Amino acid sequence: MQPVISIKNLSKSYASGLRALKNINLDISKGEIFALLGPNGAGKTTLISIICGIVTPSSGSVSVAGHDIIADYRAARAMIGLVPQELTADMFETVWTTVTFSRGLWGKWDDPAYIEKVLKDLSLWDKKDDKLMTLSGGMKRRVLIAKALSHEPSILFLDEPTAGVDVELRQDMWQAVRSLRDSGVTIILTTHYIHEAEDMADRIGVINKGELILVEDKVELMHKLGKKQLTLQLHQSLDSVPAELASHHLALANGGCELIYTYDTQGSRTGITGLLTDLSRAGIRFKDLDTTQSSLEDIFVDLVRQSRK
Amino acid sequence: MKINLPAIKAIYKFEMARWGRTALQSIVSPVIATSLYFVVFGAAIGSRITEIDGIAYGAFIVPGLMMLLLLTQSVANASFGIYFPRFTGTIYELLSAPISPFEIVVGYVGAAATKSILLGLVILATAWLFVPLEIAHPWWMVGFLVLTAVTFSLLGFVIGLWADGFEQLQLVPLLIITPLTFLGGTFYSINVLPPFWQTVSLFNPVVYLVSGFRWSFFENADVSVGISLAMTLLFLAICLGAVWWIFKTGYRLKS
Repeated sequence: MQPVISIKNLSKSYASGLRALKNINLDISKGEIFALLGPNGAGKTTLISIICGIVTPSSGSVSVAGHDIIADYRAARAMIGLVPQELTADMFETVWTTVTFSRGLWGKWDDPAYIEKVLKDLSLWDKKDDKLMTLSGGMKRRVLIAKALSHEPSILFLDEPTAGVDVELRQDMWQAVRSLRDSGVTIILTTHYIHEAEDMADRIGVINKGELILVEDKVELMHKLGKKQLTLQLHQSLDSVPAELASHHLALANGGCELIYTYDTQGSRTGITGLLTDLSRAGIRFKDLDTTQSSLEDIFVDLVRQSRK
Repeated sequence: MKINLPAIKAIYKFEMARWGRTALQSIVSPVIATSLYFVVFGAAIGSRITEIDGIAYGAFIVPGLMMLLLLTQSVANASFGIYFPRFTGTIYELLSAPISPFEIVVGYVGAAATKSILLGLVILATAWLFVPLEIAHPWWMVGFLVLTAVTFSLLGFVIGLWADGFEQLQLVPLLIITPLTFLGGTFYSINVLPPFWQTVSLFNPVVYLVSGFRWSFFENADVSVGISLAMTLLFLAICLGAVWWIFKTGYRLKS
C-alpha cells in the first residue's frame, strides 16, 4: 500500500551546529496510529515540525500522499492537522473565533455546523464564547485539538497531547483519537507516557539523538523484545543459587526469599517444567509464584540505553 | 494559480475584529490627538500665521495631520498584527497552513491598511468640524491615502517580523517615523526653510508623501506630484522586496 507519509534521508542541522535529525527514513501507512517515542531532545518535535512546514529540512525529502512538502506544500499541508506541544493560543480570542480562524487558514469556508460538532465532541461547546485566557490548561489543550480538526484533516499530528492533562480528560482525549482513527484519519503522536503508546499505537518508532533506532509493529515489538519473568517465593531463604540449578540462570532477590527466572516469550519451550522438576529434586519448596511481562516502557528504556552505549 | 481566499478572509476578519475590540483606543485616541493638534496649531499658533501659500493655516495642516496619523497607525497596526502571533507562538499555524506568503501579506497588510484609511477619513471628518475644506482632486486624495496606507503597513509588517521584543517594535516608529513625519512638512511648507535645510528635507521620503497628498487637496505642492507618486511607489517596491526576502529566506520565521 502507498504510504500516506514518506520520509526519505531526512536530516536537520540547526545553525547552532546541533544535528537534530540524522538520515531519517520512515513510511507511515494510511489509517494507522503511529507513536513516536524518544527521550527529551531526541528530535521528535523537529521531525513533526519539518513535515508540517514549520522547520526547514537540511537535506532529504518528505511527501504527504505523494505531494512534496516543499514543492507542493499547499496540497501536502491541506491534509495535515497539528496539535503542538506548547499551549500556544490567542489568549484574547474566544474558543469559537480561534477555531473558525484555523478552518479559514486551511482554505475552507465557514461551516458553523461542523465547528459545532467538533466542539461538542471535545466537550467544548459550553465554552465556545469564553476567552482562551479563562480556560484551564486541559481545556486549552482541547481547543488546540479542535483547531487542528477544524479543517477536517486526514492526517493528525499530536505532539505530547496529554502533557499536563488530568486523567479523566486524557481518557476522553484518547477516546476521541480512537474514533478519529476509526473514521480513517492517520494519527502520529509523541508521548512521554509510554503506556499510552502501548494502549493506543499500531506501530512504534523509537528516536534517540536524531536517529530512528527502531520502527516496529507494536505487537511484534512486544513479542520480540518482551521478556517474561517467573518469580518464586520460597519457603526458606537461600544464601546462593544451588549449583544444580545453575543451568537455569536464576537470580536471587528480596534477601534470598525469591528466585527469579527470566525466559523468552518467543521460545518454543519456556523451560519452566524443567526448572520446577530441578527445584523439586533440590528440595527447594515455594509457597507462591507470579509471572510478569515486560512493558513497552521497559523495552523503550532498554533500547535507549543500548543506543547510548 | 489557486488563491486561498478563505485564508485571506480569515486573517483579515481576525485582524479587524481585534481592532474592533479595542475601538476606544484605536479610534477615540487619534481623534482626540488630532483635535488637540487643531487647537494648538490651528487656533493658538494658526491665528498668528494666518496663511501659507494662500491657504488658511488651519486647512494647510489637515493633509499633514492625516499623513502623520496614517504613517504611525499603519506601522503600529501592521507590526503588532504579525508580531503578536510570533510573541505568543501561534505563528505555528500560519507556517503550517496551506497558505502562501502573498496571502499572508494581503490578509495582514490589507487589514492594517483598512484600519488606517478608516482612521484617516475619521480625522478628515474631524477636521471639517474645525476648518472649511475643499478637496481639489478627491480621487488623487483617495489614491495617495490608499497607497501610503498600504506602503507603511508593509513597512510595519517588516518591522513586526524583524522585531525581537516589544521595545524593538516601538523603536522604529518612535525614532524614525515620527521624527521624519514632523520634519517632513506636516505643519509647514519646506519652501519656508533655508536652502540648505530644503535640500536636506528632500532626502526625507515623508516630504514626498505629504507634498503629494497636500497637492490633492490644494493643488499646492513642495515637489511635483509626479515625483511624489514615483517616490511613494519606490518606497512601496522596497517594502515589497523586503517582505519577499523575509519569506524566501524564512528570516526570523523558520529555523
